[in-house]
Amino acid sequence: MTRTVTDVICPFCGTLCDDLEVVVSDDGKDLLEVYNACAIGAEKFLHSQAKDRITRPRMRQEDGSWKEISYDEAVNYTARMLADAKKPLMYGWSSTNCEAQSVGAEIGEAVGAVMDNTATVCHGTSLIAVQDIGIPSCTLGEVKNRADRVLFWGCNPAHAHPRHMSRYSIFPRGFFTGKGHTGRKVIVVDPRPTDTASLADIHLQVEQGHDYELLDALRVAFRGEKLPDFVGGIPKAKIYEVAETLKSGRFAIIFFGMGVTQSIGKNHNIDIAIAVTRDLNEYTKAAIMPMRGHYNVTGSGQVWGWQFGFPFAVDLSRGFARYNPGETTSNDLLRRDEVDAVFVLGSDPGAHFPFSSVKKIYDLPSVVIDPHETPTSEVCKVHVPVAFVGVEIGGCAYRMDNVPIETRKVVDAPEGMMTDEEFLTRVLARVKELKGV
Amino acid sequence: MAEFLIKNGFVFDPVLGIKGDVADVAIKDGKIVETSALRSPKVIDATGKTVMAGGVDIHAHVAGPKVNIGRNFRPEDKLFNCTAGHGIERMQGGFSVPTTIRTGYNYAHMGYTTVMEAAMPPLYARHTHEEMRDTPILDQGAYPVFGNNWFVLEYLKNHEIENTAAYIAWLLRATKGYAVKVVNPGGTEAWGWGLNCENVHDPVPYFDITPAQIIKGLIEANEYLGLPHSMHMHANNLGTPGNYTTTLDSFKLSEGIKPNSKFGRAQVMHHTHVQFHSYGGEGFNFESKAPEIMDYVNTHDNITIDLGCVTLDETTTMTADGPFEHHLTELNHLKWANADVELETGSGVVPFVYSANNKANAIQWCIGLELGLLAKDPMRVFLTTDHPNAGPFIRYPRIMKWLMSQEARDQQFDAFKHKDKVIEATNLAGMDRELSLYEIAQMTRAGPAKALGLSHMYGGLAPGLDGDVAVYDFNPNEPYAPDDIEKAFLNAKHLFKSGVQVISDHEIASNGNKRTLWVNARANENPQVMRDIKEKFLRYYTVTLNNYEVTGHYLRNPHVIEVDATQ
Repeated sequence: MTRTVTDVICPFCGTLCDDLEVVVSDDGKDLLEVYNACAIGAEKFLHSQAKDRITRPRMRQEDGSWKEISYDEAVNYTARMLADAKKPLMYGWSSTNCEAQSVGAEIGEAVGAVMDNTATVCHGTSLIAVQDIGIPSCTLGEVKNRADRVLFWGCNPAHAHPRHMSRYSIFPRGFFTGKGHTGRKVIVVDPRPTDTASLADIHLQVEQGHDYELLDALRVAFRGEKLPDFVGGIPKAKIYEVAETLKSGRFAIIFFGMGVTQSIGKNHNIDIAIAVTRDLNEYTKAAIMPMRGHYNVTGSGQVWGWQFGFPFAVDLSRGFARYNPGETTSNDLLRRDEVDAVFVLGSDPGAHFPFSSVKKIYDLPSVVIDPHETPTSEVCKVHVPVAFVGVEIGGCAYRMDNVPIETRKVVDAPEGMMTDEEFLTRVLARVKELKGV
Repeated sequence: MAEFLIKNGFVFDPVLGIKGDVADVAIKDGKIVETSALRSPKVIDATGKTVMAGGVDIHAHVAGPKVNIGRNFRPEDKLFNCTAGHGIERMQGGFSVPTTIRTGYNYAHMGYTTVMEAAMPPLYARHTHEEMRDTPILDQGAYPVFGNNWFVLEYLKNHEIENTAAYIAWLLRATKGYAVKVVNPGGTEAWGWGLNCENVHDPVPYFDITPAQIIKGLIEANEYLGLPHSMHMHANNLGTPGNYTTTLDSFKLSEGIKPNSKFGRAQVMHHTHVQFHSYGGEGFNFESKAPEIMDYVNTHDNITIDLGCVTLDETTTMTADGPFEHHLTELNHLKWANADVELETGSGVVPFVYSANNKANAIQWCIGLELGLLAKDPMRVFLTTDHPNAGPFIRYPRIMKWLMSQEARDQQFDAFKHKDKVIEATNLAGMDRELSLYEIAQMTRAGPAKALGLSHMYGGLAPGLDGDVAVYDFNPNEPYAPDDIEKAFLNAKHLFKSGVQVISDHEIASNGNKRTLWVNARANENPQVMRDIKEKFLRYYTVTLNNYEVTGHYLRNPHVIEVDATQ
């Protein structure tokens, strides 16, 4: 016999779908099938069942090979590394639950670490822009129930957030949007002809790196002022048309992704995208939302927000919280040799950081906590596999619109495996012993 | 548990009617007891000091999504004020939107032990509870917002009180909420389309209901259930010159309704931050209408209010009144965050600088204090700043100073750039009333505890109440300067919370035993409401019904108040 667990939350992307159904074996040990999830989400669940999964911590030997160690040894190594370091970097925190993030923050406080999350190479620029100009936003249900103008800027949900369009943004029939996608005008701004762009009523194929100009041109167009013939490769008639389309809507929403947050202009692109949204509120109702990547990167920004007051790049090494992106951000610290140990949990910097940063991780005492083998585990000294959050252990996660949802446990983790929170709680206790507090 | 005997202090307690007499206060097993019940207590010498029950804040924005927006989008709020942890204290930071840890400690330093979070968007209830969990020492509860909720709008359009009540009971349980909060009824739903409801008869777009119907209906539903607290109200048209008529219209909706509660409250409507709702004139001819407002409050027993005093600081405004925050950003051109919440509510956050050089801000300062000084019954008028909207909560002692000392008020008047114009537009300069410490204890302890329906736990020093006691370095029988009041009440010498000494000699001594209060109202089975809930979740929410309810582990130490409304 099998049983079906309903209302399962998908721990993959910031869309945080919560309508999955998962079929598990009667003894709750095996996960057999996943329904309603996108291909990536389903794979995340099924992948946890891999028979060759690493289930015990391992330590790198001098010859480069791994040696299995106990969780006790891993706790001790991690605590010692953090306690001995003058300024350790504790990075990641995006693919885990808020409970673990909270314990991690306490460790960071005890050892004087720099706490940084994946926003540092993703939507950190958005967070900076919000500090400059604010952000008029809403929950995804507002989009579903009201939005009739949907603009995707520098993002490609068809691949990165596969169910976003069907659950929230383009297709759903909401309270005031009974016609579904036929009642919505969809605009995509992207230099590439993406699969998302293929669904658009209007695709603005902006020249790469000219997002700021095009956004600025929209602000000009809203006011009916003159534009040059082309801006960012887009003819002015098209810009006026898009401006009019947005203004004439009842509710406009702008979603943006890494195409604007990490291309030339960075936070300034977001700054002006938010200014566009503010402008639109003079004429109609408008909101803007970052397409957050990891399923709980938003949560780590929230937890640190209420504990320290800053959403990423939080430097605790002076005993109090400091925030100065560019100085206290992971890559800047690594490349300037300002940290002397690296702890990674819930992210894969080995795959996503510049090679120059990854080399530094390789040279430093380093621990990675991750259920998977990753490029990061390849460069770290100790790899601690843990239970999958959202599959083998529940806990709180924040969706891209900051809505907190409690993820569910659907199967047991392989025998004897620890969760992120359990491991961190042990490390915290050991750190306190070592520090004598 | 430890026993404490707080000896020889000047005690101010409205519950026992003690007005500064020297008396002893005994604590045992977390409660206040008769002194004769103690065996071998630790003796705290309070000779020459002021002793009161722990403070109760009925309205402050201290936890939840919009508070955290305020923290995260204002790094400047932490500039030069972050402090390192030491001993059992963790790191702290922030001024107008402090971290949760500083929030708990700062309230404790002021002698407060209970703080109610004033607006919880139901969909974000988990977030609010996570922050409250990380706020040390304080007992807290949170008010879910109902005034723009689609269920409520649809039920009350047809005056379906029983259905509204059943929905309220369900939502309080789902969100672990404490009371029925109403913010700009109908106006925030209208803000979903960039619109607003500007008075109690301005219909809500599409839903075809007026704010008046929402207000009256929610009062009736609240009394139908007999909840501990009354309906808690932030009326339409906040902050607009001339809005006092809307406020009076809103007050009048409570007329003829009697409280039905076993929890000892006498009001059916608590109107919050009334300072923002007491404006006369129009545009630049903005003036105080505090006397008109207080005439009404003083003559109607079924209303309580809190002040919402402007403290003349740089602060961070935040409210579920979405259209108001948009109005504010248009006014001051500072950064604006907005967060509309599907089917339920909205909110906005904008930094704001209240300046003594600004005539309007100075008038607002006068109005807040006028309301307090015109109060005939301080048991129904409570001291707040609508933290952080009119000023951060750490200014409460400064407001006490202003309320208690005409000299302190005169000093502030002299610091105004437009002193004469301010005096002309207000009444404060002509008021010589100085509140007593007993009246302050009514406004900050016994009054709010009673209005919350928590007078069986908080607000006084009668045996049986919780062992929440503050000792201040203040001798009311010796001459003092006005600033001595502020200094003493900002920095309690000792504080006991549920019988645990959390402050000892001005230092944090314990992180306490924080509780989260919520109300479990049991109403009759209501299949129609349950069907409506299922349908709305299926069709319009973006989370499933089964993923909506806040489960137990978000509340580490819950205190459930049971209400039986089955009939």
